[in-house]
Amino acid sequence: MKYMLLLYANESAVPTTPEEQQAVAPPVWYALMEEMKAAEVLLSNTGLSPIANATTVRVRESKTLITDGPFAETHEQLGGFFLLECRDLDEALRWAEKIPHAKYGSVEVRPLWSEV
Amino acid sequence: MQSMAPWRFARCGQRFDDFGNGMTTESQIEKTFREEHGRVLAALISLLGDFELAEDALQDALVNALERWRIDGVPRNPGAWLTTVAKRRLIDRLRRSKFEDSDSVIPNSLAQEEPEMDDTLPDDRLKLMFTCCHPALALEAQVALTLHTLGGLSTPEVARAFLVAEPTMAQRLARARRKIRDAGIPYRVPPADLLPERLEALLAVLYLIFNEGYVATSDISLIRSELCDEAIRLCRILVDLLPQSAEAHGLLALMLLHDSRRDARLTSRGELILLEEQDRTLWDTGKIRQGIATLDEAIALHDPGPYQVQAAISALHAEAPNAAATDWTQIALLYDTLAKVTPSMVVEVNRAVAIAMANDLQKGLQMLLHLENDAVNFYPYHAARADLLRRTNQREAAADAYQRALDLCSNPIERDYLQRRLDEMINQT
Repeated sequence: MKYMLLLYANESAVPTTPEEQQAVAPPVWYALMEEMKAAEVLLSNTGLSPIANATTVRVRESKTLITDGPFAETHEQLGGFFLLECRDLDEALRWAEKIPHAKYGSVEVRPLWSEV
Repeated sequence: MQSMAPWRFARCGQRFDDFGNGMTTESQIEKTFREEHGRVLAALISLLGDFELAEDALQDALVNALERWRIDGVPRNPGAWLTTVAKRRLIDRLRRSKFEDSDSVIPNSLAQEEPEMDDTLPDDRLKLMFTCCHPALALEAQVALTLHTLGGLSTPEVARAFLVAEPTMAQRLARARRKIRDAGIPYRVPPADLLPERLEALLAVLYLIFNEGYVATSDISLIRSELCDEAIRLCRILVDLLPQSAEAHGLLALMLLHDSRRDARLTSRGELILLEEQDRTLWDTGKIRQGIATLDEAIALHDPGPYQVQAAISALHAEAPNAAATDWTQIALLYDTLAKVTPSMVVEVNRAVAIAMANDLQKGLQMLLHLENDAVNFYPYHAARADLLRRTNQREAAADAYQRALDLCSNPIERDYLQRRLDEMINQT
């Protein structure tokens, strides 16, 4: 099954504790991606630039409404995703807990609509 | 097809415990349904790979069984009977729908030769238990699903047990079933690396079911005590299927020992009677024996855990011929252990009480005092303190503490007890 792992964290809260700083260090990400590739689960992934760069579009009664910022102000913001091919939810959850965001933010695991 | 009539067992006269008059009672059928439900459903899910399909098929088979068994008696192997009929009903359904929907395919597992009605049904209940108690499901859904699928309780019964409207419960069950399929929750016994944490979650669900039935409420309906019975039954199955799990044994022992006091816990008017004042002749000695034997089996596995410690505490109470003979020193030591493994306010309060009862009322009171800041809104803390103050004859302070406990407690039966104590304190001051 294909699972989307959505990475959430509070952008404005810079990691402060050594554990958090270590968790977001680039080598951690590289190692994780290598591990996913080796396990042949990684379909694609990407990181998003900060919400300061976000623009939201709504069309209401044929009128386009463009606003600055994300669609909703939330405590944690979407910062990227991993698209994985996993055997079942347990396998997807295992990968989710390895993603740095799980340590200081959260990772939401969702099966793709096509799988449902 | 005809030669495979599912009621052939009955025709051969191989009846299963009927009453000699050829009629099977409704209660006997119902009992069989309850006992077989989990096992048959678990096997069907394995076969079909789909929760909903399996439940529908079993439902069909149960309706059929109800008609047949009333006349022919309960067959010798009701589980195999139900599985075979469920499979056959499902094939019929799929064939019928094939005419309307050319896309529907009969699963490979069903398309094979008509299965023989054999006596050995694979036991997949462990898979079903772990799937129902998967942490990706909300706890309330885990509990409901476990009772419904493994316990064979109907949706209205589960709804009544948790004081929830029937449509709400039906929706909760449907949503959980759908998530199992759509989110890819695996139907299996977790691999070794996941097993400890998943087993812990599974035991917690069984204990929650038990406590839901055990907790004293003003509504002492039958279904409540049935929850205790059901939790014990499911835990027995778990112990059979996972004989190497010390904590599964520990939980079973704990529930049996608690449950042995069921008849002694309330007066005929529904008033709470604390352990110390219970009529010990009302304790169920059979359950105590079973509980202690199960605890011994647990300890022999050399893998200690919190349920075993709690069961050991309960066993010490059970073994005391009267309240005064309780081995509080041992109990206090066990609470020390428990405080290290699963620290919590309840454990701390109980530990202080055990030490007070063991030899040192003052020390117990002092220990409670240390907890005050964190326990200020925790009524068992105030109730325990009140109790120790009463024992040291500090009636006014005791009355205050009973009052604070009363202000915080919402359980009517426990409130009633606290009020009685408070009245005693005031009247004798």
